[in-house]
Formats: sequence, C-alpha cells, structure tokens
Amino acid sequence: MKRLLSAAILSVATAIAAQAQDDPQTGGTLNLVVQPEPPTVMLGINRLGPVSYVGSKIYEGLVTFAPDMTPLPKLAKSWDISDDGLTYTFHLQEGVKWHDGEPFTSADVVYSFGEYLPEAFSRTRGVMDRVEEISAPDDRTVVFKLKEPYAAFMIIFDSTGGTIVPKHIYEGTDIFKNPANETPIGTGPFKFDEWSKGRYIHLVRNDEYWQDGRPYLDELYFHIIPDANSRAIAFEQGQVDVLRGGDVENIEVNRLGDMEGVDVTTDGWEFYDPLAIINVNTRHEPLDNPKVRQAISYALDREFMIDAVFGGFGKPAYGPMTERTPYYDPEVLTDYSFDMEKAKALMEESGVEAEGGVYATLDLMPLPYGETWQRHGEYIRQQLKEIGIETNVVSVDVAGWVERTTTGKFDITTNFTYLLGDPAMGVGQTYRSNNQLNRGTAANVDGYENPKVDDLFAEGARTLDPGKRQEIYSEAQKIISADAPVIWSHQMEYPTVYRSKIHDLITTAPGLNEGFADVWIEQ
Amino acid sequence: MAQVRFLLIRLVKAIMVLLAVTVLSFGLIRAAPGDPATVMAGEQGAVDPEFLERVRERYGLDRPIHEQLFTYVAGVAMLDFGDSYQHNRPVMELIAERLPATLLLTLTAFALALIGGLLMGVTAARHVGKWPDALITVAALLFFALPLFWVGLMAILLFSVQLGWLPAFGMSTIGVNMSPIERALDVAKHLILPASTLGLLYLATYTRMTRASVLEVMDLEFVRTARAKGLGERRIWRRHILKNALLPIITLASLQAGHLVGGAVLTETVFSWPGIGRLAFDALLQRDYNLLLATFIIASAFVVFFNLVADLIYSLADPRIEVAS
Repeated sequence: MKRLLSAAILSVATAIAAQAQDDPQTGGTLNLVVQPEPPTVMLGINRLGPVSYVGSKIYEGLVTFAPDMTPLPKLAKSWDISDDGLTYTFHLQEGVKWHDGEPFTSADVVYSFGEYLPEAFSRTRGVMDRVEEISAPDDRTVVFKLKEPYAAFMIIFDSTGGTIVPKHIYEGTDIFKNPANETPIGTGPFKFDEWSKGRYIHLVRNDEYWQDGRPYLDELYFHIIPDANSRAIAFEQGQVDVLRGGDVENIEVNRLGDMEGVDVTTDGWEFYDPLAIINVNTRHEPLDNPKVRQAISYALDREFMIDAVFGGFGKPAYGPMTERTPYYDPEVLTDYSFDMEKAKALMEESGVEAEGGVYATLDLMPLPYGETWQRHGEYIRQQLKEIGIETNVVSVDVAGWVERTTTGKFDITTNFTYLLGDPAMGVGQTYRSNNQLNRGTAANVDGYENPKVDDLFAEGARTLDPGKRQEIYSEAQKIISADAPVIWSHQMEYPTVYRSKIHDLITTAPGLNEGFADVWIEQ
Repeated sequence: MAQVRFLLIRLVKAIMVLLAVTVLSFGLIRAAPGDPATVMAGEQGAVDPEFLERVRERYGLDRPIHEQLFTYVAGVAMLDFGDSYQHNRPVMELIAERLPATLLLTLTAFALALIGGLLMGVTAARHVGKWPDALITVAALLFFALPLFWVGLMAILLFSVQLGWLPAFGMSTIGVNMSPIERALDVAKHLILPASTLGLLYLATYTRMTRASVLEVMDLEFVRTARAKGLGERRIWRRHILKNALLPIITLASLQAGHLVGGAVLTETVFSWPGIGRLAFDALLQRDYNLLLATFIIASAFVVFFNLVADLIYSLADPRIEVAS
C-alpha cells in the first residue's frame, strides 16, 4: 500500500513537473548571434540572411508557413481564394498597432505591395507583375486580383518576401534613405531598442503586441561576433544561447551538440529549402555534352562528401528538388549514386577526344563562403581528375564570384539556391531558358535550353490542381535529372545549436526567421 | 620664417600625396570584379537586369568613370565622403561611430609596444651576447612570427576559457547597469587581451629596431669620446646613446600611425572589437566603394600627418637636423 502511495505521489509529481515544463513561462533574455553584422535591420529594403534574422522579429508578413508549407495566419487572420485562383482576399487581425502607436490598416498592406516592395525587392516585384489590382474595400480587408492564376502566390506573403511596412512613415519618401530606417517601426512581437555598432542589437518586448500574452520573452540580444571560433567559445561559455547554421563550422556543431543541456535540430529550413549545386556552363565545351555532365554526376560520392566535408549534415540530391520541396518525386530521378566505372565509361562514350588521358582542362571556381566550400571544391577537383577532367581552381571573393557567375564567365562553380517552398517560385528559375544571365546567382546561369522544360514550368505555375501539378513537376524532374544541366550536390541541412531550456524556438517553415512570439525559456 | 616655409611646402606635398592616394585607391577598387549592384544581386538570389540598372543609377555608378572620379574627388575636397551603399548613411557617420573603439585599442597596443619595445631593446643591447639579449631576441622573433589570430585565440583559451580571468570577447559587458567607474574598469578588463595581442606584433618590431639602433650608436666615436671625457655611464646612455638611437624608432612609429585609424582587422575579428578594421573589411567584401575609400584616405591622412610630426621631432632629437633643410 505504502509503495502504491509513493508511486502515486511520484506520478502526480512527475505529471506536475511535466505540466510545468509544457506551460510557457514569461520573461527572460535570449542571447543570439548575428553574423555578419547587418547593414540595416529594416527588413523592407534588404533581405540578407542577417537582416532577415533580426528584422523578422520587428516586422511581419500577412502569413507564415507550417513545416509542410501550409499557410498560417499572421497579420492576416484568414483569407479566401476564389475558385478560378484569380482573387485573393485577406482579412486582417484586429487591434494591431505599429510600434509608434499608429493603427495598422489595410492601407499599409496596399502601400507595401503596391509601391514599397516592388521598388525594394526583385522577387516581390516579379510576383506583383502578375497582379492586376490591389484594393482595400475596408480597413480590415485587402484584395489582390491576378492577371492569370499563379499557384505559388501565397509564398510571397511571408515576412521576408512580403514585409508589411508603415505607410505613414514611408509614403512619398526615398525608402532607402528614410531616417526611420535607423529606428525601425514594425508590428512584430519585438521592438527595436538599441544598436551598438559592432557590438550588439537589442530588441525589447512589444507590450502592445496583437496576440494576447505574447511574446513570452522580455528581450533579445543579437551579439555581433565576427569570428567563428569566438562564436563557438561564446556558446560554450554561456554568453549566447543559440547558434544558427553557418555560425560555426559543422565539425564544431557535433562537439557543441554533445554538451549537456544542448540540443541540435535541422528543422526550420522548409521555407528556404537550400540545395547545393555545381553549376556547369553548358555554353562551353565539353560541358555542352550531356554525357560529360552525367559522368561528372556519377563521379561524386555524395555520401562521403557530406560526411567528410559537411560534417554529416545533408542528403544526396539527384534532381532539381529536395525531399522538402512540394511535388518532389524521387521515383522519376536518374539514380546518380557514386559509380566511377560508369562515369569513366560515359566519358569514353561522349565522343570527346582525350589527349594523354585528359578530356579537358576547365576552371573550377568554389563558392567563396568559407573553408567548407573550399574543401567541397577540392573534393570535386579530385573526382574530376579521376574521369580525365583537369581543373584550375579560381579563387575570388564574393563580389567577384557573383559577377563571374551571373555573367557566365565560368566553366564550373559551386553554388546553392533556395527553392522557396514551391517549384513555381524557386526551382524553375534555375532551368528556364528565358532566365539566364544578369538575373542573380540562382538563375539559369548554366545556359540550359529545353522548350519542353520551359512549357512545363509555365504550365505548373498557372495550374492550381495539386494532382495535375504533381504530374507536371514529375515530368519536369524526370527530364531535368536525366539532362543534368546542373550537377546536384546535396540537399543542405543547417544545424541550429541551442540550449534545451529554450522552448518552441523552431516551429514553422521559416525557422529562426520567425518572429519568436512563441519562444520561451524554462526558468 | 624658415619653419613656416617648411611647413607650407610639406602641407602642399601632403595634399598632393592624398590626392594621389585618392585617385589610386579609386582606380584600384574599381578594377576589382563586381560592383555594389552585383553584390546586392547576389544577396537577393534572383534579380532582373532592370533592378541592376536602377541600383547603378541610384548610386551614380552608371555615369562614365572619369565623371565619377571627378565628383568623388570634389566631394572629398569638401570633406564629403558620400553615403555608404550598404548602410544608406553618410560614411563619416559610420566611421565616427567606430573610431573611439579603434583608437582605444590601437593606442593602448601602440603605447604598450613602444614602451615595452624600448625597454626590451635597450636591455638586450646593454647585455649584448649574454642571456638577457638571447632571451629577448628569441622572444621578439617569436612574437613577430606568430600569426595574430592564433595568438588571440590561444589567449582566449588560456585566460578566458581555462582560467576565467578575462572576458573572451566584446568591448564591455552587455545588458548590465554600471556606474561610470565600473564601466571604465569593465572596458579596461575587456581591453587587456586584444590590446596585448595586437601589441605583441608592434612590441617585437620596436624591440628589434631599438636593439639594432642602440648597438649601432654604442660603437660610434662620440660615445667613446664621452667615455674618455669621463662622463657617467647614465649620462652617456641618456644624452648620447638613447637620444641618437631614437631617430629610426620615430620614423617607424610615424609610419605605423596609419594603423591607428585603419584598425586591426584580425584582432578586431577574433575579439569582436567594434572597430574600423572590421567595418573596412566588410566594405571591401560588399564593394561599398565610398566607405572603403574613406577609410583608406583617412588612414593615409594620418600617416602623412604623423610623418610631418616626425620631421619636427627629428629636429628636437637631433639638433643637427634643421627643419628648413
């Protein structure tokens, strides 16, 4: 009986403790790292990674996305889409105020999408070109009328693509030089407090946030620590609580993740969906030959590369999408599992003549984003040598790399693209023949031209039925995977290292670029 | 009168040097591949050619290069260094924000190095060929050869991580209310590791330079004459050896003055010190022409200015050097 009683008491105590752990607690400071130091935190005019990280706490979009890319309410509490897919009606939250106390209304949304964002951001302008009219029938309703159906339309409404900015501050001003950019005013759960240049950015709780009881945290510090080793030390010493992917080298992640009271997750990248690729300039010989490109793809031992170079974070990719991308179809992809014999045989079949066992000597330009990518480049170089392709490694800085990549002045370069939650948004841009040079690093810089693929992407973008879209994108994946206009390296996984006492840090597809209204710290 | 004329001539020369620096740096940075528009394009992933054109137009990068140069030089002459492309703010504001932190770090390091270097150099020279000389020479060589970032990291591991004596990064403790005295002590505590790390490199240079210079002067005839005259050893050292040995050190110090405002990228990076070096480095990566050029020009102006000061100090250190000549 006594044993039974103590067991009962123990189970009640455990239940209470578990309950206590599940109930969000209010208060506390979250110490984060932002690197490199952003030039601004005004999310409307700049969408660099660090700007999005900080700015997404201050500014909001109409919606955000669940990990499976289902839209979730943000500044819009609900929305209706007409059956013909041409009219999107958003119903806005009640009682939302800007950080300066002014009320947030539909006029802010119309201004943001009608004037501000098309001026500031290419991607949003591209999507807004498809819109015939934006109107606000009343203070709480916004209607977008499209010229033709666009299946990925909702994607533009997250906080980074569809940042809602205050009309009363920006209308009629030079949005890039408006002094208010220094003291950003948003609707988000945190307000801008102070930016000590070179040291930290301090955000404080927005007490008048529209969602009752949120945010839970009192304040956020984004520490500016330029050196990766110093960032690791700061985490070890408890000065920062969260490290984003890329803050420290992946090898360090495994070490830090083994510390007590520390967790690691690769969640929260479903929206950006990064895919590492090797661009091959199909305008240059012998890369214009599909057999040569296929040979390169077979020559890569992706499993080994992910383990040895990327610290085990990542999954092999054999086609233009990752397993996170909607409409991904692994069945139709060519299986480019490592097969050196096949790679060599394809080089022989290609019809390219070899001189002294060398088929070609090409320039290889690794992505200048730190050590890991240099090693990635070295691995590729070594594998290419095995199949008779010699390479000269070209070292450039980021600006030089962008210049050469986007203007087609390269043979082979490593790169990564964000697939952005829908094939009509982030996938097609890398393969469509009308999107080649001077259109950014995620464009079709390889010069791939296939009318069938163009048609499929155009059709996929305007088709609304998910079943039909699946057929279209399966066919596109099959053709592209076989043609290998790009060599897919791997589905990238960015590890977030954080202290276990932090709860609900990553719950949505944009991950750490979410507003942090729900994040709480176990005291 | 001769001094005024000398100063005027030097001033004209200084302006010409600065003009040359401005034109050269302008040309150099424009020669690097990529411009601010391409960097922004890279950051956005997807852009259209129209966007690139508008960015270039916004910053005047679409105009002929000689026109851009002329506008820039005319601006600099009026002390207007333009706006930063990335920050959309006047570059002078950005530099002014970082200057105090940089000066605090570099001046402390510089002072430590100069005083330490003179003491160690003289000590080595006085005991030339004996163990203190060997010890100091080897230490100086080691300090000179060790990469700064490595020394910095080792110092952090030892003094912050292992011993817990000193903070590992930053310029002060964040998020704590302190009295001005407490704040000053807090900054001083944060300053110790970065200033000593940066100082080590300069220390090595001054030690070696002082040792060599003192050894050279010690053998000169006027020192022998002073001894023959029966002057006291202290007086010989102070009046004859040290004073004459100082000249090359003044030259070196004036040349290194540019580093004072140019910042110290590696030290600032390792210790998260909020200085100009890091700002300039990021500006280079982002092709933020105006910001980068302004840091070049201001650092050059410091070098030119301190060289002028050095010329004046020469005449004090060695009366045989006349400013007018």
